[in-house]
Amino acid sequence: MAAANSSTSESIPVTPAAPGGRRAFSGDRVYAGALAAAGIAILLVALLIAATTANTARPALARAGLWGFITGRDWNPVEDIYGALPFIWGTLVTSVVAIVLAVPVAVAFAIFLVEFAPSRSRSLLRFVMELLASIPSVVYGLWGLFVLVPLLREHVEPALGRFSFLPLFRGAPLGVGTLAAGVLLAIMILPTIASVSVEVLRTVPSTLREGALALGATRWEAVRIAALPYGRAGIFGAALLGLGRALGETMAATMVIGNSPEISASLFAPGYSLPSIIANEFSEATSALHIGALAALGLILFVVALILNIAARLLVRAVVGKFERSSS
Amino acid sequence: MTAAPKIRIEKLNAYFGAHRAVRDVELDIPALGVVAVIGPSGCGKSTFVRCLNRMHELLPGARAEGRVLIDGQEVYGPGVDPVQLRRRVGMVFQRPNPFPAMSIFDNVAAGLVLNRLPGDRAAIVEKSLRQAALWDEVKDRLKENPTRLSGGQQQRLCIARALAVEPEVLLLDEPASALDPIATAKIEELIHELRERYTIVIVTHNMQQAARVSDRTAFFYMGELIEYDTTEHIFTNPSIKQTEDYVTGRFG
Repeated sequence: MAAANSSTSESIPVTPAAPGGRRAFSGDRVYAGALAAAGIAILLVALLIAATTANTARPALARAGLWGFITGRDWNPVEDIYGALPFIWGTLVTSVVAIVLAVPVAVAFAIFLVEFAPSRSRSLLRFVMELLASIPSVVYGLWGLFVLVPLLREHVEPALGRFSFLPLFRGAPLGVGTLAAGVLLAIMILPTIASVSVEVLRTVPSTLREGALALGATRWEAVRIAALPYGRAGIFGAALLGLGRALGETMAATMVIGNSPEISASLFAPGYSLPSIIANEFSEATSALHIGALAALGLILFVVALILNIAARLLVRAVVGKFERSSS
Repeated sequence: MTAAPKIRIEKLNAYFGAHRAVRDVELDIPALGVVAVIGPSGCGKSTFVRCLNRMHELLPGARAEGRVLIDGQEVYGPGVDPVQLRRRVGMVFQRPNPFPAMSIFDNVAAGLVLNRLPGDRAAIVEKSLRQAALWDEVKDRLKENPTRLSGGQQQRLCIARALAVEPEVLLLDEPASALDPIATAKIEELIHELRERYTIVIVTHNMQQAARVSDRTAFFYMGELIEYDTTEHIFTNPSIKQTEDYVTGRFG
């Protein structure tokens, strides 16, 4: 944004040299000024959100201290005890489940679409993928509640219960819980990871693929030795973008996670995520401490999402930059 | 030609969709030695060569018709596995394309690993790098990434990679066009040495290069094979006017 503005203003001095350039000059100034204002406004809004959130969070953070707040295991608004750990735990567990389930499927889909699908079916596949991304999350939540949760309760969780030597799969199959939220998030972030992976794989120079094929590689081997290593960082970035989405997703997770602030090693147990608690309690929060605690949770989410986004962008750029250098 | 040809091409046609890029080409390539394929841009010379190891058909909408026989065996016959064929017919491309995520050693060994070939990998890698005249420059940095090598070194690495699987035929598609004159001279020297062990087909837009490195030259124009003869004949006394116009620089 800022870069675009500065290049606009650099081009201004050229205009007055043209005959009758006075009017164009002032018009350009207005235009550049308006663009700069819009650009700065976006930055200001972001900063303002961060600042007001931090300010609102202050009472809660002052009470327990930042570290005490993050590691606190109890959440009891009635007694004004606020600890963020159950929500951080719920967010992390559901996001990790989502990533573990979504990345292999999304990458396999991207490989199929770029390397194997007949060119006519490619646009259809991309359309379906984008359709998946455009479904409102409340619809995902409903589907999760009425289809996914019963399926997990009656079939998947009893089957996984056989592996109950792992603490992950212990407990009663409730259906509603961190597993349900994780699976639902996996489906929701699938299109994000798949579409970025598609873009990354499309930047793989065809000369690399041909080099492998000319050595007697099968098409799969060409993907494995040429395309995937080249796109590795970019696909990692795609996964981080998906993770960022999973961390922040509110509605669908709230509907299936169970909304109970406990820390359990079992995926079958109900949990609670950062966005869900904020959405559920903000309307009832009246004391400055309660509101502050919710704002502090929002701040934690904001910081984690920001770090992930920056990391993802840097990784994707590293791959795209490598391509541009080698093809220039 | 008295001896049986290494490669015999009969009525070869190559298409991109409806466009016929190679038209009814017939020619015999003798075993060992170098055949140069020359012609102006877009004349089908690269497409022709890519038909010999069935790389052409990998492009979207591309197909080939006709017969190609290597040692009398059909290249386009039913049941021929193009993956097997490409091990016998190595290829080096216009742009050096070492695998960037592998070490120099692993690049040369890539074909051995892919084709599960037996033997002492280290010895084969060394031999291939020596054949490609690259060993002395990289022997102390085999574990390094190939992207640190110069363009010319990368291209010789790609030649070593192609040689490691011991192909019978080596296709070189404008292998020096992205290189500077010194690197080009090294590649040409290398082709000169390899001609005794391999059947080499080189595509080039550089006529001096064709004249320097090849025994026989094929001149393509608009997808057709115009003239095919010994290099000396093509460059000194071509039988067809179009060839003469091209090699003397009057067009193209």
